[in-house]
Amino acid sequence: MLSLKNLSTADRKRPLSNLNADLESGKIYTILGRTGAGKTELLRTLMGLDDIAEGHLALDGEDLSKRPVRKRQMSMVYQQFINYPHLTVLKNVVFPLRRQGYSVEDAKERALAALSLVGLAGFEDRMPSELSGGQQQRVAIARAIVKKSRILLMDEPLANLDYKLREKLREEFPRLLAENADGIILYSTTEPAEAMQLGHEMIVMHEGQILAKGAPEEIFEAPATVEVAKLISDPPVSIVDGKVAAGRIILGATEFTPPPDLVLPANGPVHVGIRPDALSVGGDTTARVVLAEFSGSDTIVHLSLSFGSAVMLVEGIHEFVPDQNVSVSLDTSSLLLFSAEGKNITERRSNG
Amino acid sequence: MGRTYNIIKYLCLLAWTTFVVFPFLWALSTSFKDANAITSGARYIPWVEFEPSVQGWTSLFASGSQGINIVQPFLNSASVTLLASIVSLGLGTLAAYGLSRFSYKAGFVKNSDITFFFISQRIMPPIVLAIPFFLMLKEIQALDTIFGLVIVYVALLLPIAVWVMTDFFASIPKELDEMAMIDGCTPIGAFFSVVLPNSTAGLVVAGMFCLIFGWNDFFFAFILTFTETQLLPVAIVSLNSSVTPWWSLSAFALISVTPLALIAIVVERFMSRGSLAGAFR
Repeated sequence: MLSLKNLSTADRKRPLSNLNADLESGKIYTILGRTGAGKTELLRTLMGLDDIAEGHLALDGEDLSKRPVRKRQMSMVYQQFINYPHLTVLKNVVFPLRRQGYSVEDAKERALAALSLVGLAGFEDRMPSELSGGQQQRVAIARAIVKKSRILLMDEPLANLDYKLREKLREEFPRLLAENADGIILYSTTEPAEAMQLGHEMIVMHEGQILAKGAPEEIFEAPATVEVAKLISDPPVSIVDGKVAAGRIILGATEFTPPPDLVLPANGPVHVGIRPDALSVGGDTTARVVLAEFSGSDTIVHLSLSFGSAVMLVEGIHEFVPDQNVSVSLDTSSLLLFSAEGKNITERRSNG
Repeated sequence: MGRTYNIIKYLCLLAWTTFVVFPFLWALSTSFKDANAITSGARYIPWVEFEPSVQGWTSLFASGSQGINIVQPFLNSASVTLLASIVSLGLGTLAAYGLSRFSYKAGFVKNSDITFFFISQRIMPPIVLAIPFFLMLKEIQALDTIFGLVIVYVALLLPIAVWVMTDFFASIPKELDEMAMIDGCTPIGAFFSVVLPNSTAGLVVAGMFCLIFGWNDFFFAFILTFTETQLLPVAIVSLNSSVTPWWSLSAFALISVTPLALIAIVVERFMSRGSLAGAFR
């Protein structure tokens, strides 16, 4: 188990602040956060590339902070395709194995298998500069996985790869983990869908802090704070200011009747989270279209309503013109309620 | 349009080539002249405008009143320049790597101050350094020796090596060293197995600067040597007498410039080969 206890760094650009997490062996953890959330800094700190200012980092109870980078049993894939430009593709992948003490023949055999896994069989004698960006990143991935390290840190590794290859490699990560039952994979991403599909557990980061950690579906169903709610879906959950009064949810001048299972908090101001699929075309609320985007199979419509801005997800491709007025309805059954401080206060009665 | 452009392009290149090559051709032509051919006006083409003579070249390998023997000064210059350049490049590369990768702080002195300290050695006029160097070499009985000159030249060339290599290492992403350490290297192992092999271009440029400055230095070679360890620039000047032997001077100049020209031609290809393409994106 990899344990982070009150971990802080003194990095000037993006300091990590008081991180606590226990990462169990045999699991893939996805770290979700926007650019600048501190994901890379966290991975670099775990790797030993950035110093710990306060707190503890331990692997199976053993303090890692004094262990040099090369002895941490970790591999890392950078977002920027780091390869050794003076070595061929094969020698790039052989490089870490030789330093682990493998014989030339053994190292070559393992390297060839890793290259085959990432779809680079036949590219062994090329120089990295002779490869496309995606191929270069695959070399970097092959070099990281060939070591079979206890902990594999991946910093948005698939960000620059094409869709098909991303799918293929995503499928490979659980298999890599299965080969090494003690292994832990930490995978950072800015994409909520990727974080949820890939991770056994998800860590949501914002401004150098861990906002939430847990199973993706739990975090999706009940985001702990307003910030988490904004991060966990794409298109995002819209947050509008409202209040609870007389058993109703009031957004601007519009009153909504809460669903029967929703336990309303005491009268007062609340932040209301509206999931993109809670809004639909047709109803008695008028909204102005600000922007419409196609995401392949859906249409994402940014709306301006009397009580604030919100994003609506419409299944299929539909034509929406900016400044056009549309009638929409709000399905209150999936509303999220947050206190004025931003904490999730959504409570539902169980059916039983 | 394309044809006119090509004609203009080649005319410009021809003019530039003539500008660069002409002094060498002139020196080559002069080296085969004798006193009469030198003093009888501008003549350039042997056999047509003057009768060639090898006197200028043979006098370089003669001795006594027949001329000055170039062999020993050439070997002295080669030994001093090569040794000083190798030591400077070795120490300078290590210092530059440290300055580009680690943060040093001693009181108000930081990395940039240390780098400036190195460069400041070249800002001072050479004459300021001449007397201290002379006294120090005298103290250790190294005046007029190759050893003494190597020490002084290392002090002069080290700032160049540090300056060029610090700038070069700054262009190599730190992530490359980090990746080597993640892959099992010690910090010094990362330097030797990853950073240095990707620094060919920087090493070539720094090495060339060291060789050029070392090989062409006259001032310190003149001040710190007498008769035992004469270097090439000093030997050329010593050719001058009441009648300047332009033929010997030209031959001497051509010989002294040849090693640097040959080295430049050989290493030029490494300057483009040392590219970091494929390291990162």
